[in-house]
Order: sequence, then structure tokens, then C-alpha cells
Amino acid sequence: MTVEAAPPPEAPAASAEYDIRLIGLTKRFDDVVAVDRISLDIDRGHFFALLGPSGCGKTTTLRMIGGFEEPTEGRIELGGVDVAPLPPYKRDVNTVFQSYALFPHLSIFENVAFGLRRRGVKGGDLRKRVIESLELVGLAGLEKRKPRQLSGGQQQRIALARALVNRPRVLLLDEPLGALDLKLRKEMQLELKRIQHEVGITFVHVTHDQEEAMTMADRIVIMNGGHIEQLGTPSGLYEQPRTAFVAGFLGVSNLLEGTVAGEDRVTLTDGTAVQVPRNVLAGRTGTVSIGVRPEKLRIGGGEANSLAGTVTESAYIGVSTQYILDTPAGPVTVYVQNDRTGGQVATGERLTLSWSPDSTFVVDAEEGAQ
Amino acid sequence: MSTADITLPTRRSGAKTVAQLLAFVRRHVLTVYSLLFFLYLMLPIGVVIAFSFNHPTGRFNYRWRQFTWDNWLHWNAVPGIQSAITLSLEIALFASIVATALGTLIALALVRYGFRGRGVTNLIIFLPLSTPEIVLGASLATLFLHSTGYGVSIPFGFWTILIAHIMFCVSFAVVTVKARLIGFDRHLEEAAMDLGANEWVTFRKVTLPLIAPAILAALLLCFAISVDDFVVTYFNAGNRVTFPIFVWGAARVATPPQINVIGTAIFAVAVTCMLGNVFLQNRRAKTA
Repeated sequence: MTVEAAPPPEAPAASAEYDIRLIGLTKRFDDVVAVDRISLDIDRGHFFALLGPSGCGKTTTLRMIGGFEEPTEGRIELGGVDVAPLPPYKRDVNTVFQSYALFPHLSIFENVAFGLRRRGVKGGDLRKRVIESLELVGLAGLEKRKPRQLSGGQQQRIALARALVNRPRVLLLDEPLGALDLKLRKEMQLELKRIQHEVGITFVHVTHDQEEAMTMADRIVIMNGGHIEQLGTPSGLYEQPRTAFVAGFLGVSNLLEGTVAGEDRVTLTDGTAVQVPRNVLAGRTGTVSIGVRPEKLRIGGGEANSLAGTVTESAYIGVSTQYILDTPAGPVTVYVQNDRTGGQVATGERLTLSWSPDSTFVVDAEEGAQ
Repeated sequence: MSTADITLPTRRSGAKTVAQLLAFVRRHVLTVYSLLFFLYLMLPIGVVIAFSFNHPTGRFNYRWRQFTWDNWLHWNAVPGIQSAITLSLEIALFASIVATALGTLIALALVRYGFRGRGVTNLIIFLPLSTPEIVLGASLATLFLHSTGYGVSIPFGFWTILIAHIMFCVSFAVVTVKARLIGFDRHLEEAAMDLGANEWVTFRKVTLPLIAPAILAALLLCFAISVDDFVVTYFNAGNRVTFPIFVWGAARVATPPQINVIGTAIFAVAVTCMLGNVFLQNRRAKTA
């Protein structure tokens, strides 16, 4: 049941090296199962993203780690100790809330100092650490202001400073960039990554934005319907999605149904034989779907796998042109780099596409295939 | 807005002036209406204040005769008035504090927790607000009288008045605090706990400061309602005399101007509180 992180460079880590370990974690609200027996190990110092559509259980999982929801079943280990029965104030984690939740009646200084004061830090030491934390997020000098005098982006940074000043074992981020506009969001993504590098604390980041997760995280767990769909590095998940859901959620995929015809061969519904890496097929039999990313397809022959079809739609998007082809095996999307002027293909033309077996992935045939 | 503007042209002629007059009315009708309305509201209070400086001839302070400071200098010259005021203030003080404390806790429970009977509790809280006071007063009196039969003896007096006042004040306190709590961001409390504050510290450092304006408002409201109450108090006072009861009793045989003095003083305190509140809020809005 345990989903292991993609093979780490060093030897398998001992339990103590995990910052967070979730074991069979379940949360039921009345009849609804929000999180269904999730097991997950999060390594120390990683930037970890919980990614999924709304209602997939990612926020509930985060709130259980933070202590705001009581798990129905399962364990939450922080540095090897089960904290599931502990209240939030006895856990060595801090949270950046989606709404920031800055205390409106306190100054920025007191907001950031809140956690330190609870731990009895006083005087010069307190002052020094608060200022340091504000410097980390680039907002020193605003100590005397009240939260509502700050812009959304600044409030977001203060929320980050307020959490990080306590040097928690783990920092939880609940869609912290959701309320920012696109430009600011991009800025903060890089900023967050820089800060995470600087402080070296484990970040667990909840988001529904796949691009955000890909940009920031070292490891991504994709959740759907309370389950873990797949865990891996951004490139690992993108190149080799294991389920149709992951293939569709991370970027665009062409999924074509077929039947396994050998240990490295799949026959599509129109009879086309497709070569697939042996380890990707992994001993599957019966009906499967093979997948290829649109940018891995080439117009013309030259690769081991090929498929022909008629262009039904084309869209020019600047760096590339997007074509949709109708092939006997199903509709296929292709991105062609516009590295030369001209050379546009008109709708109605017939094209042959080819791709390398290495760019092919296989998922179980599901209703999710499109 | 002087009347001269309109009376002058009327003398000259006809249709044009009528049109001008109508235009004037149309433009100023809201102003005039508002002024009349405020006059309607303020006139009685003005009379009360004015007559606190009157030197009446007989026992009744109904006709203006002569200006004097005497009533203010000897505000307690009427027998019984000082003890009545003292009792009213004592009752109001205790009732508003207890009612606000209870009301705040009830509001917290009603807003924060889903429990069996929450709907019923909400309804019961509203009952004293919608029940005629005379019914409340009479029912309470019946209750106190009957309780003796069950071994609980509460003689009419200070405690019965206090219990009665707390009862009807609680509803006002609950409604006031609840309104503030409904708009309260629960994440603020979660954030406090996340930062290491236990339940009590969270309440003291985050919840309480944020709902303090509502608690203060509830306190003042309860105080005002309690000081003012006559009907319920009359049924449950026994032989104790609060200020409203004193006024009512006195009015049958005399209306000493000292009543106006106390009335004016209460009004002045209320206005001061209100202006103070406005001033504080303005200043807070400016510095924030």
C-alpha cells in the first residue's frame, strides 16, 4: 500500500530520514470518504507537492498533518513520532493558509512574533529573529503596519515569514498562491523555491495547478478521489504517467486503445502495431491504452512507430502549431514547433506521424482515456 | 434655504413662480422632511433637558417659570431618589456584565458548534425579544412566587430584579455577539493554534480582541435596557424601588425637576459614550 518515492540517488533511507510518514491515513466526513487509506513518505528537505483537482482530498490531507482535522484512521508520523492525537500547537509544523489568516488586530511585527512569543522568546532575540524573517521574504521595514495596509502579495509573504520564523520541521502550504494574479504568482513560485533552498525545511505544498507543482516541487504526488494516483518527480510523472488520470491531468496526452500483442508490442484498434519499451509494458496483458505526448510526435516517417490521419483542426499558437488528426485508431493531437516560417498544413490534408518507442507510455485502459 | 427666496418671486407673477416653487420643493423635500423628523425625535428630549433647569411653582414641573441651577446642585434633594438611582445602577452593572458574559458564551456555542437542539436554543433566545414585557414580568413573578412551594425561596427584591434583568438582557447580548462571530474567519484561530497557542491563549489573544467591539456593544446595550426597564421590574421588585419605579410613583403626586436632571444626565452619558465610540473608530480608521 505504501507508495515509495521514486528511487532516491542514495541507498534506501532509514525511517528517521523521513520527515513525514503517513500510514493508512483515512478521513471520512459522515458518509463521504475524503481521504482513503493514504500512505506516503516525504523525505527531509524536499519540496513536495500534493496535486489534484478540487475535492481530491489534498487539502484534507494537509489539514490532518497540520492537526486541524482528526484522522478517522491511520498514523501521521513526524520524525518518527505519531502526532495524529496531538493538537496543532503541539506539532512541529507551521502552515501558510490560503486566506493568509494574518491577525488583523496585530501589527506585522506582532504577527510574525506570535509563534516565538508562545515559545517564550523575548527582547532582542525576538526582535532579531522577526526582522531576519521579514528580510527573508523581502519585507523588512513594514513591522509597524497592520495587515490590511498591505497588498495581497505582501500579506502572502508575511504569512510565509510568520510560519518560517519558528523554524518548523515541516512547512505546510495550502494553495498559498491561489489568490494572487498570474504575474505575482509566477514571481512567488520562484521566490518560494529560493526560500525553501535557503532554509532547507521540508515544504508540503497543496495545489490544483499542475504547472505550479511542476515548477516548484522536487516530488509530486497526484491525488484523485481520495487516493494517490502516482508519486514521482515532475519529469518522471510527465514522461511515464502510470494512469490515464495522471496522463490527462499533467499536460496533454494522446491515449490510444489497443491490445497487448507481445512483451514489447501493442496492436491498436485499427490493427497498427506499436512498439513499446518492455519495462513500460511491465507484463500487462489484454486491453491497454498507449500514450504519446503531442510534442513527441513528428510529421513524416523516420521513427519506429507511425500512424496516418487527416488534419481536422489546426491552431497557430506562436511557438508551435497545434493540429488535431483523425486517425483510424482515434483522434491525435500534435504540436509542431514553428522553427521555420511557412510550412503550415491545411485542414483536410493527410499526414503521417511517427514517434520513438521510448516516448511511448502505457496506462490501463479506462473510461478516462480520451 | 431661507423663505425669502421663494416668497419674493411669488408676488410677481403666475405660472413661472409656481414652477420655481415646485422645483424648490423638489430639491429640498428630503432636507425639510429630515429636519422635521429630527425635530419630532429631539423635541421631547429638548423639553426634558430644558425643564431640568426650571424652577416650578407647585409640585408639578409642567410650566416654565424661571431658570435655576438649584435642581442640578441638589439633584438628590427628593427623598428616595438617590437610593433608587443607586439600585438601578447596581442592577444594570451586574445584569449587563453577567448577561454579556453568558451571552458571549452562548453565541460562541451557537455559531461554532453543531449540537442537538441548536435550532431550539436559537428560538428560545429570541423568545424574550418577541414576548410582550408585561407577559414576561407577570410570568416571572408567578415563577418566583411558586418556587417557594418547591423549597426554593427567593423573596422579591434585589435578587429577583437582577435575575429578571439578566434574563431579558442575555438575548440582546447573544444577538449582538452572534452577528460579529458569523463573519469571523475560523482560519485565524487555526493559525494561532498552528503557531503554538493552546485553546485558552488562542481565545485570549485572537478571538477575544476581535470580538471585543461586539462585547462592548452588548455590554452598553444591556446596561441601557436594564436601567430603563419598568414593566418587568415592577412585577418583581417587591418593595425595592429602581429609578423608573421611583419616577412612576412620584408622578402620581408630584414631578420634581430632579427627575429631569437625572434623565438629562443619563442622556448626556449615552451621548458621550456614542461620540467617544465614533471618535475612536474614526481615529482607528485613520491610523490603520
